[in-house]
Amino acid sequence: MTDALLQVSGLRIEADQPGLAPLLEGLDFEVAAGERLAIVGESGSGKTMATRAIPGLLAAGVHRAAGSIRFEGEELTALEERDLRAIRGAGIGMVFQEPMTSLNPALTIGKQLAEGLKLHRRLDDAEIRRRCIDMLRRVQIADPERCLAAYPHEFSGGMRQRIMLASVLMLEPRLLIADEPTTALDTLSQREVLELMVALTREMGTALLLITHDLGLVAQYTDRVLVLEKGVLVEAGQTREVLAAPKHPYTAKLVGSLPRPGDGGATGGGGDVLLSIEQAVVEYRGKPGLFGAGAPKRVIDGVDIAVRSGEIVALVGASGSGKTTLGRAALGLKELAGGMVRFDGVDIAAMDRRQERDFRRAAQIVFQDPFSSLAPHLRIGEIVGAALRHVPGLTAAERAERVTRTLEEVGLAGYERRRPHQMSGGQRQRVAIARAIVSRPRLVVADEPVSALDLTIQKQVIELLQALQRERGFACLFVTHDLAVVEQVADRVVVLEKGRIVEEGATAAVFANPRHDYTRRLLAASPALAIAEGSAS
Amino acid sequence: MLTYIFKRLLLAIPTLFLVALAVFLLVRLIPGDPAQVMLGEGASPEAIASLRTELGLDEAVPVQFATWLGRSLGGDLGNSAITGEPVGALILSRFQLTAVVVLISVGLATLIAVTFGLLAAWRQNSRLDLAVLGMASFVLAVPSFWLGLVLLLVFGVMLQWLPVVGYVPFSEDALGAVLFLVLPIVTLTISETGVLTRMMRSSTIDVLRLDYVTHARAKGLSERTVLMRHVFPNAFAPTLTLVGLTLGRLFGGIAVIETVFTLPGLGRLMVDSVLARDYPVVQGCLLFTATLYVLVNLLVDILYPLFDPRVTVS
Repeated sequence: MTDALLQVSGLRIEADQPGLAPLLEGLDFEVAAGERLAIVGESGSGKTMATRAIPGLLAAGVHRAAGSIRFEGEELTALEERDLRAIRGAGIGMVFQEPMTSLNPALTIGKQLAEGLKLHRRLDDAEIRRRCIDMLRRVQIADPERCLAAYPHEFSGGMRQRIMLASVLMLEPRLLIADEPTTALDTLSQREVLELMVALTREMGTALLLITHDLGLVAQYTDRVLVLEKGVLVEAGQTREVLAAPKHPYTAKLVGSLPRPGDGGATGGGGDVLLSIEQAVVEYRGKPGLFGAGAPKRVIDGVDIAVRSGEIVALVGASGSGKTTLGRAALGLKELAGGMVRFDGVDIAAMDRRQERDFRRAAQIVFQDPFSSLAPHLRIGEIVGAALRHVPGLTAAERAERVTRTLEEVGLAGYERRRPHQMSGGQRQRVAIARAIVSRPRLVVADEPVSALDLTIQKQVIELLQALQRERGFACLFVTHDLAVVEQVADRVVVLEKGRIVEEGATAAVFANPRHDYTRRLLAASPALAIAEGSAS
Repeated sequence: MLTYIFKRLLLAIPTLFLVALAVFLLVRLIPGDPAQVMLGEGASPEAIASLRTELGLDEAVPVQFATWLGRSLGGDLGNSAITGEPVGALILSRFQLTAVVVLISVGLATLIAVTFGLLAAWRQNSRLDLAVLGMASFVLAVPSFWLGLVLLLVFGVMLQWLPVVGYVPFSEDALGAVLFLVLPIVTLTISETGVLTRMMRSSTIDVLRLDYVTHARAKGLSERTVLMRHVFPNAFAPTLTLVGLTLGRLFGGIAVIETVFTLPGLGRLMVDSVLARDYPVVQGCLLFTATLYVLVNLLVDILYPLFDPRVTVS
């Protein structure tokens, strides 16, 4: 095809260090003008590298060893750095994954937006300002004038990603490369950003290359899909056909790990109330002034939740809804400004030393980010064993034995001597689970335990958590923004918006018949559910 | 902003009170009777007793402290027990010299460190990076007094380009004063560059890994613009904190350098007065440097938001 906008052929990427296998091998693909193409694959499949190679922006340590990259008929690999810079931004725009780090914190939004225009177009300052404001309006930023003078930290993740989109699309590139643009966002902002991206690129006739590990998004937003596994293209074709009838086993595995309603299901607890949160209020102190603090900000406002022993209750809401705060308050890790939390009928704020020690052992937490929740200087055995130090009458040998057995249960037999940095994200999250269950708790609070993981790893970790829960019967408060996961694991669901409960009930009932508008919006914004239903019908 | 500064100054009061108390008590823990030291070995007990009364040393310690603190608040740090000069004036005249040396050295060291730290990080693991890292580590390992002595030996004694011993005040002989100051400034600059370079290099490496740097490149900006606009301001903030701490530390303590180069600065004044048990001068010097330390760090905290707007001053 000669009319392709981008033509990549025989692309090979290798590490600078000699003797290692190539990271990407013989990749061929084309993008037509205005087309929307997805590249999917797990972490390490080479999907990010393949796209960074296009404008010559590979990270240090790897290089393009072979292959040709033609953009609008021009061979990019033969260009001088100088000529390549003229294409970056103006011809090929890029949006990155992490909205928290993809804008420069030290420059105002206005300066960062103007930068590209100043470089690639000869425009006066007034015209640049007019175009910036216009573009911000198109990405639905309220009050664009004020936004220009503001710094990135004043915006939420979703807004930053929209600002990024504005700064890139303002130059009207012919190709937009979006690398996991919404992975770090909650379901609602994810949908907003993607809809905007698709609408704007369609309007401008810009082709979209979407890199993602989320097949739900691929199904909804792209025409064609490429599947990469360990640096090799294993399948390519029309999105609908590939997802409906995957030919390669790896693609089938990816499609199979989409969370589906009715999978597994929880044990269905029916015991006594173990944890009861009553009229809980959590406040953050206002900004300090000269004479004491300002008005406090209420993030949890009069919430009641009861969790029975052996039951899995999902706590759902968008970022900022207060779900993480509530999860921490349930364990006494966040002080209440009002109301109380009872564990086994005892107010946790009024426990004596012995009761508190027992409570700490009986109620455990699994954190979201497996990279910062494990102390890097300790060995896995020590990390898991530390949870046993409050267990009375346990000898060192017995403790070691418990640690070994628990590690076996989470599928990490023989990992005691390793340190966290030697393990993958999924393995670390297994360690976090082992640490939570080793003391045989009656309650586990799981705070977004899989949202930082790849889809296939997510599936494994959730299945592990479910299996352990079935076997040991602990109660679980599962904090998440991912409704597909909720449907898979939870008996009951509690929907939180702005610190208040807006809906709660049995999972199946809420999903079948959401009563509150917010729940309906959350359900509508969940791409994985849409595709699961599509393929079932 | 003004409220913040005012608040920080209010918070400095308890700090400075504790410093004053510690200084006062520590000085009194130094073994030896100041009157005895001042009058020499052969002095008669009567002479010592009368000098003690004169200096107020026979009062109870809390009374002495209250008297001293009260006068200090009024700006009167007392008079030197040896020469009788007012301590305040003595400190200020000696501090001018120290301040010149320290400010110029730290300024130069910061410029060098920022440039080389940024370049080394930009070309991480290249030969340039290895060279910069090697030099920084070497400079860190060399004691400043030894470096000073070697420089004196080479440029003063062997080449005879620069004077070796003594000092002329700037007001008497400007060129002479500059010649005397070259070696101390060079020595101090070199020995302070090491830490600052390493700090700048490592924070630059952290910043270079962030998405907004790749984003800036993906916009088509030149490497120069990427480094100056996007990397430098974000990488400099931690180094700025270190510069502030370094300034505070050096204002109070370049006694070693001043001794090697026989400069009559604040550090020498402090050492000499400790040896002579000149209580008022020792106390005055320590209180002065502590105040300076607090002020320099306040200044750094006020400047910080210029480089990192996420930190607000109010």
